[in-house]
Amino acid sequence: MTTLDRLELGKSGRLIRLEGERALCRRLMELGLLPGCIVRLIRRAKLGGVLELEVRSCRLTIRSSEANLLFVEPS
Amino acid sequence: MTLGTAATGLRRIALAGNPNTGKTTLFNRLTGSRARVGNYPGVTVDRHYGRLALPSGGETELVDVPGTYSLSANSEDEKLALGAIAGLHPQERPDATLIVIDGTQLLRNLYLVLQVLELDGPTVVAVNMMDQVREAGLEIDFELLESELGVPVVPIVAKRGEGLPRLVAALERVLAEPGRANTKRRWEPEAALEDDVAAVGRTIPLLWHRESTLRCRALALWALLSVDEEDELLGVPADLREAVRERRALAGREGRHIDEEIIRGRYDWLDEHIGPALVEGNAPKISLTDRVDRVLLHPALGFVIFLTIMTIVFQSLFAWADPAIGLIEDVVAGLSDLLSTHLPEGFVTDLLVEGIVAGVGGVLVFLPQILLLFFFLGLMEDSGYMARVAYIMDRLMKTIGLNGRAFVPMLSGFACAVPAILATRTMERQRDRLLTMMVVPLMTCSARLPVYGLLIAALYPPGQGEPFVQGLLMVAMYLFSTVIALAAAAVLGRTVLKGRRTPLLLEMPPYRMPVWRSVLRAMWQKSAVFVREAGTVILVCTIAMWALLSFPKQTAEDLAKRQEAVATNVDLDAEARAAELERIETEFAGEGLRESYGGRLGLAIEPTIEPLGFDWKIGIGIIGAFAAREVFVSTMAVVYGLADEEDAESRVLRERVRDQEWPDGRKVYTPLVCFSLMVFFALACQCMSTLAVVKRETASWRWPVFLFVYMTALAWVASFIVYQGGQLVGLG
Repeated sequence: MTTLDRLELGKSGRLIRLEGERALCRRLMELGLLPGCIVRLIRRAKLGGVLELEVRSCRLTIRSSEANLLFVEPS
Repeated sequence: MTLGTAATGLRRIALAGNPNTGKTTLFNRLTGSRARVGNYPGVTVDRHYGRLALPSGGETELVDVPGTYSLSANSEDEKLALGAIAGLHPQERPDATLIVIDGTQLLRNLYLVLQVLELDGPTVVAVNMMDQVREAGLEIDFELLESELGVPVVPIVAKRGEGLPRLVAALERVLAEPGRANTKRRWEPEAALEDDVAAVGRTIPLLWHRESTLRCRALALWALLSVDEEDELLGVPADLREAVRERRALAGREGRHIDEEIIRGRYDWLDEHIGPALVEGNAPKISLTDRVDRVLLHPALGFVIFLTIMTIVFQSLFAWADPAIGLIEDVVAGLSDLLSTHLPEGFVTDLLVEGIVAGVGGVLVFLPQILLLFFFLGLMEDSGYMARVAYIMDRLMKTIGLNGRAFVPMLSGFACAVPAILATRTMERQRDRLLTMMVVPLMTCSARLPVYGLLIAALYPPGQGEPFVQGLLMVAMYLFSTVIALAAAAVLGRTVLKGRRTPLLLEMPPYRMPVWRSVLRAMWQKSAVFVREAGTVILVCTIAMWALLSFPKQTAEDLAKRQEAVATNVDLDAEARAAELERIETEFAGEGLRESYGGRLGLAIEPTIEPLGFDWKIGIGIIGAFAAREVFVSTMAVVYGLADEEDAESRVLRERVRDQEWPDGRKVYTPLVCFSLMVFFALACQCMSTLAVVKRETASWRWPVFLFVYMTALAWVASFIVYQGGQLVGLG
């Protein structure tokens, strides 16, 4: 198991659990990032630890400082 | 009840949906009104109202609700959306809800739909972007969708108006039979969660649930998901808060996770029941958006392109706006001439020419630049690039204690702080909003441009000096204000507005071709707001300044006496006499100004601004500019006696500025003074409209007062450093 920000670029993983602030977790889950779902890491902004990821064929951006609270099982 | 009766008022339909679903385009289509459409999540900050005609001949009122992903409110927008959809406030109760969803993101969008349906009100679902659905090879089984959701579901293409007659007909149907409109049972909580819902449901106020059991349950679910110590929600009854806290604590002890249970419950229901309605086609593996993003979000190339785009925008702002500005100035000058030659001399003519015409001209002269800037901002928003800007800029925003979302308000600040401050409503936390509001007025807004333009042109007349020097100076002012704004945010965020850092969470919308008509409409609409709101202030101030600088009137006899003395002076030849007469007239005008109320005020503040290199005339300009920065230019025109016969064209003004001297004959506008003055204008909070908007948005005087004080102090100190420092190192 690893965290989302450490996922290899372009690779997907199964979300195991979300940690961190309630409001953020809730919003992430409402956007489809529920434990068990498949997340793919699309892109990393070189300048500043922002990640673009895909879940339920929808693109989201999130900071790596928050993505490292999302635990995934690389598939 | 009949449709649209005057006695009951118009029936209200709330138009809801996720951001980027074409909601505002649909709103414009349905109402024919001029509302904003954008691709950046949460671009609709103000609620827009419009009339919607029904096929039967009746009318309803359509309310454009801010885009939201769910009803659990994090941001101001979502709170507005929640209020408007759930009708928690009696005045905000919709008779029906129209939810527009993006057909290419069906299941994700249906999450909000489920939440709204739970509220037990008449609802219609519009599935938008059907053209893109077809392009992507997706197929949607609308019959299944409709039977599973239990409400009308209508496929549409909002930007082309496809499917709208059917949509309106469906709305009329649900309005006619509100009781039958939404009765299907959908997702049901599991047993444990059901207990929580029941317990919390008992504390839902009657005003909220209005004796609907379904609604009461839905609001209990909402409260369980939304209410906590950090929610910033207003008007939640204490016993409801307590009930939620208890149930959540209980669930925590049992090892349950209420948030996940509720959200998963909805998604599982959607996957099971709606999943089969969606047939994935063989869409290309790498979408166009992906290919474009590979370039535009490339770590190095993307940033270069970003800078290039910004540069092009601002360069064209100056290159393209200039002819239009010249034209407006010519027309105003011509009108002034015409009026003053054809009207009898006197108070009314002076008021008309020097106050009203000059004031209106002073407002209109901004329009070219403002129209252009709103055009570019609209283009970036509608194409989807604005979200990429937030992605690219998050790092920078994060270092100053804000997130990438703050970039759009900050960027809008380059046009005008007033809409930019309104745009902060898309930010989730009050503290972030406040912080952004406190620094946005530091951005180089369009009202500063005429001031910079005048001063730069006075320093380096067009066509003179090093090539590009004017443009480079302007760019330098932009950079300066941006750096200061970021630094101010960093400082304020660590002191006055200390708070937790907020997460960045942003949807990357697919790139879409902007709808030109809506970009142009939005541009026009926003510019009209500027003319209406800022324009009136500017006009009133121009008139006030004219009065301030024209009264008390000098006596004409005094001038006549002096002229006579020259005329009868036999020592002078004709040429010397003419020169002397001219000198007397200028001297007389100068005395008049010094004796006017404005002149006295300018003189009074001269000691405080002299260390910055400014004379009392500039002092008058600064006083005038407190109303609005651009007033500085028109005030200086009056101060330098241009509003009379001479046209107020800026070329004349520039020359006048260059000719200004201190009493001892030194030039007033040395390069150093021009820089000092530009720095002052970059930093001082000289905009009543900005202060008024901050007052409105924060609902207190505390923040506008703070804003005014800190910016003015900053401006004084910075100008002091520039001027005194410059003199120390021998500039000046």
